[in-house]
Amino acid sequence: MSLVTPTETAPHRVVTLPRKRRIPLAVAAGLGWLALMVICAVFADLIRPYDITQMDLSARLSPPGTPGHWLGTDELGRDVLSRLFQSVRVSLVIAFGATIISAVFGTTLGFLAAQFRGIIEHLVVMLADFQAALPFLIMSLAVLAFFGSSMILLVGLMGFYGWERYARIARGLAISAGAQGYAAAVVQLGATPRRVYLNHILPNVASTLIVSMTLTFPEIILMESGLSFLGLGVQPPDTSLGNMVGFGREYLTTAPWIMLGPAVVIMFTTLSISLVGDWLRDKLDPTIR
Amino acid sequence: MSFLLEADDLVRVYTGRGGLLGKAQPVRAVDGVSLRLGRGETLGIVGESGSGKSTLGRMLLGVDPAQGGTVRFDGRPMPARNTTEWRALRARMQMVFQDPLAALDRRLTIAAQIREPLDIHRIGTEASRATRVTELMHAVGLRPDQAKRFPHELSGGQRQRVVIARALATKADMLVCDEPVSALDVSIQAQVVNLLRMLQKQTGLSMVFISHDLKVVRNLCDRVAVMYLGRIVEEGPSEHLFANPRHPYTQALVSSVPEPGRRLDGRVILQGEPPNPAKRPPGCAFHPRCLRATDICRSGIPALQPLGTDRTAACHLVAGETRAEVA
Amino acid sequence: MIRFISLRLFRAALTVLAVMTFAFVVLRMSGDPAQVLLGPDVPQNVIDDFRADWGLDKPLWRQYLAYLGAILTGDFGLSMRGGAPALDLVLERVPATLILTIPALFLKLSIGIPAGIYAALHRDSTIDRGVIVLAILGFTVPSFVMGLVLVLIFSIQLGLLPSGGFGTWLHAILPALTISVGGIGLLARFSRSAMIEVMGQPFIRTASAKGVKWRDVVWGHALPNAAVPIVTIVGFMVGSLIAGAVVVETIFSWPGIGRLLIVSVSNRDLAVVQCILLLIAAVMVCSNLIVDLLYGWLDPRLRAQPAH
Repeated sequence: MSLVTPTETAPHRVVTLPRKRRIPLAVAAGLGWLALMVICAVFADLIRPYDITQMDLSARLSPPGTPGHWLGTDELGRDVLSRLFQSVRVSLVIAFGATIISAVFGTTLGFLAAQFRGIIEHLVVMLADFQAALPFLIMSLAVLAFFGSSMILLVGLMGFYGWERYARIARGLAISAGAQGYAAAVVQLGATPRRVYLNHILPNVASTLIVSMTLTFPEIILMESGLSFLGLGVQPPDTSLGNMVGFGREYLTTAPWIMLGPAVVIMFTTLSISLVGDWLRDKLDPTIR
Repeated sequence: MSFLLEADDLVRVYTGRGGLLGKAQPVRAVDGVSLRLGRGETLGIVGESGSGKSTLGRMLLGVDPAQGGTVRFDGRPMPARNTTEWRALRARMQMVFQDPLAALDRRLTIAAQIREPLDIHRIGTEASRATRVTELMHAVGLRPDQAKRFPHELSGGQRQRVVIARALATKADMLVCDEPVSALDVSIQAQVVNLLRMLQKQTGLSMVFISHDLKVVRNLCDRVAVMYLGRIVEEGPSEHLFANPRHPYTQALVSSVPEPGRRLDGRVILQGEPPNPAKRPPGCAFHPRCLRATDICRSGIPALQPLGTDRTAACHLVAGETRAEVA
Repeated sequence: MIRFISLRLFRAALTVLAVMTFAFVVLRMSGDPAQVLLGPDVPQNVIDDFRADWGLDKPLWRQYLAYLGAILTGDFGLSMRGGAPALDLVLERVPATLILTIPALFLKLSIGIPAGIYAALHRDSTIDRGVIVLAILGFTVPSFVMGLVLVLIFSIQLGLLPSGGFGTWLHAILPALTISVGGIGLLARFSRSAMIEVMGQPFIRTASAKGVKWRDVVWGHALPNAAVPIVTIVGFMVGSLIAGAVVVETIFSWPGIGRLLIVSVSNRDLAVVQCILLLIAAVMVCSNLIVDLLYGWLDPRLRAQPAH
């Protein structure tokens, strides 16, 4: 009955202590890291010491710690730190854009399926079946290889990642709200479907959807960096985290720092989002457990 | 007197899925029901769970489409569901739900929810809507300081008052109350019932009151229809029907209500399984539980027959008695 | 049950058809393979001959019907490079991929599930915390980073294992390990949360309250009920036995399906790419089908439900 955050059901034999109010250390660290990444992405142009394409052939493959190039330089003498800032920006923009597209697309399809049932529902299920049948990496590989890679296509394509998750959640919650709950009551008041979905159902399912977004976001980062690593994602001269690792791979023995920097950034970012997402899920959404 | 609501021969069939092989089984939830609701009248619909009374209530509102038969409201046929005319008509007919917490959006303040019908139907200005909300809250007995509360901060009875206030916001002509008090504490039930009676008297609206609680219905309603497995088995003015039930099922229901000063040994105890709409017995649906069932009850479905001027019942035996009386 | 199975089979067939159509549309719409394959300086009549040879001059819908018909008769076309049958080229690579993915699957199952269940049963212990951290690390580190780090350590620094190529079983160790890490983390996490959820259910409390032995509670009541979500993940892993090694095969220059896909994609070798897509989809659809049937067996409630 009470809508206070319910404590987790205590498992057999284990007495759980009341949950601490404070943000756990790992989550705080994750939030800090994410904030840092967002700052890097937003102010990349201001804080990077060099232009990302600026070559300095006399300082090729300088190791980290070299004055002026704190993270070293790559095979063309470009500053790794500057390129890292730009990569963070590109990767975050792609992942963010794609997460939004996927959430909007999936939620809309889920609502449509809940509203019209029947044939539309079957179509959505079919689309989800299709997506489940072809691993996303393989599908993107085929599309990107044959249409050529561009930023817009990349974001659009990544925007299809994980939509079925939102669709399933949105459909389920909309149907349960419509069967007997507040949605049915509002329909009965004479509200248009638009009003029912936008003013009532969407705000009620938002927290669940946001939690799903924290699950999709790191997966999209991984997917994009994987594609870029294979040379099919972000194309030079632009740079992304996966693309840097991909090119740095050739210098694994002589200049591992080219690859390690972006690799560490990818790891920390996805790790942080996962930690924060798990924490958010416990906080916001008692129903998902 | 012209009727506000006229329902003729309503049919609603659900297709259930049963068993492993998933053979579709039609369930006749409402099976040929006709009703009249006068202006300012309160009609009670009683029956056990599974009798189809809630489905009937939603059909009268046009929320559940009728698969057969017609509903006419204020002389005009019910527009198709989810059309603009249908939505506009919602301002004139409203519903009160069994579970008020489920019927309210837990993210909106109660003032916003009471106001919502006015927003939807674009009635009045910003200021007049706010005034109307204050007025409504006062009318249903909510304190002004509760306007900014959320549904979960109120008690069950208060929530039901919010739902009632919302239903009255557009000055509807008809209110369908689907078990409005059965989820409330007994001590609160009387308060809400009294509130409904008072509001009905004040505004002169017509009301359909669906309940399995005979005491409440008797208390509140002018006329009563008794439902069994999707059909009306007896109908008549509340006073007469409760004083002198004619259908064996009504007799059993009425005698099951404990009354002070009455001995228990005269009670008719219902036997057998409760009715299952998916397995409707042939003939009179009530015959497996009826103490007086004869062969004709097992084969022929009895039609509603008039009993005197203002009553009807659907029972072979009662019809026989009446004919005998007349002869 | 028969109805359920036939409905499911119908959906599976529909899905495969959708994948075929997708492959066809993407591959044919995206550019002229003749141009790509023959280069820019080739005279027009050579291009026309090439297009006629490969049926590229006919209207698209006729190409599509011909393509469907050919696939139904088991003809997946010829590779545009070298002219060998595409199916043969693809099937030839399957064993190499399976050499990596089957041991990796075995590792995932035998480490991930026990670790998750153990962590769930000893919730909030040090080991539980360790499992959580390792699991999250496992699936947040991208496989290409993991692979390169392993190469850096075991090949370059320690010189113990080869950094790439196909040969002795030593060559398979690093790639197989790389593939399994993410899956171990994912399975550990899923098994843990599935187990925790089941252990909180009333029937578990009832079982232990009425004196069922703790071991029997876990094995007899909790595990079968936690199995449904775990089976979903495992089904996905079985389905990706062929597709799941694209990145890793690239890192380790392993001559499997993934390498073939990347190479064919960059050569625009339509027939081979189509063949690989279909093979991957067929394997995935089959394993999803098996998972759905397993659900019915594991959870009787799901049996009578309609398709979605």
